[in-house]
Amino acid sequence: MFGERTDRIIGILSDSFFPILKAGLQFTIPLTLITFALGLILAFFTAVARLSAFKPLVLLTRFYVWIFRGTPLLVQLFIIFYGLPSVGITLNPFPAAVIVFTLNKGAYSSEIIRAAILSIPKGQWEAAYSIGMTKAQALRRVILPQAIRVSLPPLGNSFISLVKDTSLAATITVTELFQKGQQIAAVTYEPLWLYIEVAFIYLIFSTILSYLQDKLEIRYGRGIAK
Amino acid sequence: MDAGLLNKRGSSMINIQNLYKRFDKLEVLKGIDLSIEKGKTAVIIGPSGSGKTTLLRCLNLLEIPDQGTIALGKQTLKITESTKLKQAEIVAFRKQTGMVFQGYNLFPHLTALENVMEGQITVLRRSKEAAREKAMSLLEKVGLKDRAEMYPFQLSGGQQQRVGIARAMAMDPEVLLFDEPTSALDPELVGEVLKVMKDLSREGMTMVVVTHEMKFASEAADQVIFMDGGVVVEKGTPNEVINETKNPRTLQFLNKVAER
Ligand SMILES: Nc1ncnc2c1ncn2[C@@H]1O[C@H](COP(=O)(O)OP(=O)(O)O)[C@@H](O)[C@H]1O
Ligand SMILES: [Mg+2]
Repeated sequence: MFGERTDRIIGILSDSFFPILKAGLQFTIPLTLITFALGLILAFFTAVARLSAFKPLVLLTRFYVWIFRGTPLLVQLFIIFYGLPSVGITLNPFPAAVIVFTLNKGAYSSEIIRAAILSIPKGQWEAAYSIGMTKAQALRRVILPQAIRVSLPPLGNSFISLVKDTSLAATITVTELFQKGQQIAAVTYEPLWLYIEVAFIYLIFSTILSYLQDKLEIRYGRGIAK
Repeated sequence: MDAGLLNKRGSSMINIQNLYKRFDKLEVLKGIDLSIEKGKTAVIIGPSGSGKTTLLRCLNLLEIPDQGTIALGKQTLKITESTKLKQAEIVAFRKQTGMVFQGYNLFPHLTALENVMEGQITVLRRSKEAAREKAMSLLEKVGLKDRAEMYPFQLSGGQQQRVGIARAMAMDPEVLLFDEPTSALDPELVGEVLKVMKDLSREGMTMVVVTHEMKFASEAADQVIFMDGGVVVEKGTPNEVINETKNPRTLQFLNKVAER
């Protein structure tokens, strides 16, 4: 009796492992990588814009960060995917997820980058100015390389939390990892074991990403005493 | 900015007239007049808070003075309350100076060599090879050729400060500004930095040095300037200001320094 049950679970798990992994590789990982890359670029320009001397730009970026940090990701997803069609803008699930995650990550990461830029001692700016650099040159050649180093650990953490956050894309019908697991759980009536399997696959992904994060931190750790 | 107005009074490299600077309500520089000739070394002494750093920082426009005229090298800046300098004007003026900071302020993500190359490449648009060659010869000059590949955190304070001097020199400035370059150093490391500064002074670099090292002032300065409370109290040869002064404020300060 017990053996039969176990066999059945093992059968379900081994049959479902690759479909779920495939959903992860097809949607979860691309969604994570694309939105992280786009989000970083957005964050970078947002952070620099917020530190600029041009008031309208500063206000605009502050407004953007305020909106996306102050509202739930889930609500943002629903507005873009289920809300926008009522004003004639209909997006496919995946692009909708990319847009929302990018805007959301961009807002959070811009705060990380901004804090990192502000953490670089004033003397570094002054040394850069003293050798004739403009503000843009000082930022690019002296401040940002150091700020990137400072922001890598928190950015890496937010990257790893992004892998997990992408499971929310299931709510707007993206058949990513979690959605796939849900589907299989629904037909096999083994939610406990399937969701454990889903968790396990997320764990594999985030472990690999943590490893990459460590590598990057070492690469950008030039010039710091260990 | 009267960019066309050249200052050719004698051979003066720096000529400051009636310079004022305040931070909010705090008046820090209250009408400074100074002249430093080309190739000479001026040492500025004075109690903490007297405005020495602010004066140096006004010379390279890290602080924008409120009022006054600064002629430096080929350029003259006449500043009034209504003057609004553009970044390009500030940078062009500043490029004539190099600055050595009390806290070194080396770029921690770059090696000693890269620190000295950076400005040459980014600002002066020199080729990497030319910048490297110049940087190496400057590092050799400050006695750090064998430390070229090290990062600042791997260097002692004295070594870092010598890299700082090389970094400033690499830009071929008309004037080098030193703000207490040895104050953050352990006593045994002061000498190696002062030696480099003396060499530069002897070779005819125009230098303005804020320091409490009276021996350096006596030996290397052509002019000693005593500041207190935002004004120049006394200026003259090292002998006049350090040994023969009759000014009570100068005497009081010198006694305090001697006690340390
Ligand atoms: N950025 C600043 N903002 C406000 N006050 C300042 C600033 N820089 C200097 N001060 C003040 O100006 C005075 C002169 O400072 P400083 O030029 O550093 O003197 P010194 O170098 O002779 O010790 C001090 O009272 C100092 O607190
Ligand atoms: Mg000072």
